[in-house]
Amino acid sequence: MSTILEVNKVVKKYGDYTALNEVSLTVPKGSIYGLLGPNGAGKTSLIRIINQITMPDSGEIILDGEKLQPKHIQYIGYLPEERGLYKTMKVGEQCLYLAQMKGLSKAEAKTQLDYWFDRLEIQGWWNKKIQELSKGMAQKIQFVVCVLHKPKLLIFDEPFSGFDPVNANLIKDEILALREQGSTIIFSTHRMESVEELCDHIALIHKSNKLIEGKLDDVKKQFRTNSFEVGILTDNVEGLMYDITQKHTVSQTNFKSLNNELKLEIQLGKATPNELLNILTQRGQVTHFVEKIPSVNDIFIQTVSQ
Amino acid sequence: MSILTLIIKRELIAKVRNKSFIVMTFLSPLLFVGIAVFVGYLSSMKADVKVVAIHDETGLFVSEFKNSEEYRYIDLSPIDLKIIKDSLINESYEGLIYIPKIANFKTLENKVQYISNDSPSITFVENVQDIIAKKITKENFETAKLDTLAIRNAEAKVNIELKKATGEDSLKGLNEIKIAIGGAFGYLIMMFIIIYGNMVMRSVIEEKTNRIVEIIISSVKPFQLMMGKIIGTSLAGILQFFIWAIIGLILMFSASIFLGINASPTAKVPPEMLHSAQQEFAGMAQMYIKELWNLPIATILISFIVYFIGGYFLYSSFYAAIGAAVDNETDSQQFLLPIIMPLVLGVYIGFFTVMNDPHGTIATVFSMIPLTSPIVMLMRIPFGVPWWQIAISVTILFGTFFFVVWFAAKIYRVGILMYGKKPTWSELYKWLKY
Repeated sequence: MSTILEVNKVVKKYGDYTALNEVSLTVPKGSIYGLLGPNGAGKTSLIRIINQITMPDSGEIILDGEKLQPKHIQYIGYLPEERGLYKTMKVGEQCLYLAQMKGLSKAEAKTQLDYWFDRLEIQGWWNKKIQELSKGMAQKIQFVVCVLHKPKLLIFDEPFSGFDPVNANLIKDEILALREQGSTIIFSTHRMESVEELCDHIALIHKSNKLIEGKLDDVKKQFRTNSFEVGILTDNVEGLMYDITQKHTVSQTNFKSLNNELKLEIQLGKATPNELLNILTQRGQVTHFVEKIPSVNDIFIQTVSQ
Repeated sequence: MSILTLIIKRELIAKVRNKSFIVMTFLSPLLFVGIAVFVGYLSSMKADVKVVAIHDETGLFVSEFKNSEEYRYIDLSPIDLKIIKDSLINESYEGLIYIPKIANFKTLENKVQYISNDSPSITFVENVQDIIAKKITKENFETAKLDTLAIRNAEAKVNIELKKATGEDSLKGLNEIKIAIGGAFGYLIMMFIIIYGNMVMRSVIEEKTNRIVEIIISSVKPFQLMMGKIIGTSLAGILQFFIWAIIGLILMFSASIFLGINASPTAKVPPEMLHSAQQEFAGMAQMYIKELWNLPIATILISFIVYFIGGYFLYSSFYAAIGAAVDNETDSQQFLLPIIMPLVLGVYIGFFTVMNDPHGTIATVFSMIPLTSPIVMLMRIPFGVPWWQIAISVTILFGTFFFVVWFAAKIYRVGILMYGKKPTWSELYKWLKY
């Protein structure tokens, strides 16, 4: 898989404060790349540097094999977290204006806008002023403005904030569709469930440093604790417990199931899952046996609080 | 279309479509004319006739005081001075001129009194002094047995004709016209800078509070956005100015036609035609309008536009930087003061120094300093300024402008992405280094 964006030892300082400390990232082409980190970690600083809003103090950024330069603006679509539109301007004029800024001709912009207005079913809004629209409606317009120049790289900063679940889903589907069409998506958010759902790569920035980066699955493997969730129907709980605690650590847990079974979380000692399973099957009817995969949320909290 | 043009176009359209722009463009000339007419009407209204009592113990002067539209004199010489003074307190009279009985005129010169409750106007006092002085002079001539008629014939009255070195005719009233025109243009520039500078600032703040700025800034350079804003707004201002100029020219032409004057400066009207007061007024108006056409109108207009652009650009860069630094208009006050000060200073220097001495050191220096030159130089130009001075002044102005734009762009670049904090001066200084 080739790389669309490479961030190379980027440093950004504001006065004495270091916002980014030699941060390096590799974003593979066609991925949905989750950029995570607590507030003030430096995510926005990095995104602004990628968008050439600010310049790094040192380090370089390679976009699609070329060093980042002003012409790349039109290859990038950016939906900032702090976003708004001109309140008194009409929707259509405003979109045309912003599209032309991205380098589209007026005719191209018009075609693209018609397509997107159709697709999001907002054709009637062309002559409305932004102040007549609700926040969610304005968000849709911002989304359109961000994607209509068919950028190779899309950067979304908290894209779902302000959307109701229906529209959030709509936007999510659009994001996936854009990926299908070949765009790469960088996705900065605090909502871990959407990271879990959408991202195939993640990076975690904390206190100006990158702490984790990689394929989501690889990162999860790195953070796996060798724990299993077990559901078992047994008459002899004490015997079972005795058997397990010989080699493993066990605790009560809870998960959804149809049976009224004993629910346990077992961390494997020096044994394979099969050996554990053997013990279990001897003691009762196993209804549930799943490796406990760390959620992004767990990884996030664990890394940040270290 | 380049991105800068795109931004300029949007800013211009946004400004021109604004209702307040339309209202201001077409209403303010009307308002201006309305105020002028109103002031004219007020000053033409007759004041109440004031009654002034005269107690003349010499009996020589009382007949010299002639009633006018404003003052009526009554002779109260026979009545006791104390009684008149008492009735003054009851305000039966505006005041009392008391001329004591002193045979020696030399002593009398300093003994005449004017007694009143309210302080009299300077012109009234001068007028009374004049009347008494003339009478004393006349009496002195007679005492010395001089032929007053011969003296009057011998008195010379000199009327200096003003001419320019270039040989053109000049007019005494011209200086007033020059002051009026220079002052009007200087004042206009100040108003424009304040009004349109504020517009730039508001438009920057609007983008900040709308949070659209980050969307825009990901497609254009902050510098482009700032310049686009400044230029777009200034075009709106120039457009407004042209509309006013056209309205003004139409008014001037129609005034010329109404008064039956040929606008060409060579046209001469035979003086013998100007007999009646009506004609005299027409003649005066004609001369003034003729002189208006004689002024270096082209130079004034061109330099107005050059200084307008230079001064406006310079100041609106400051305004843009301030707009970027703050979150809302109320926070902008502390930064605005140092901007408005030099503007006000310029107008004061213009009205007090340039009028007395248009080419003196102070006027010249301040017409070079870029923060005041747009106002002060414009006020000097109707008096004729050597072209090299204008050239230096314009060069300094535009040089400073480029420096200030660079400096403002730095603050702008950082400021537009800072929310929720009112910056201090030292923070602004730090931003310069980001």
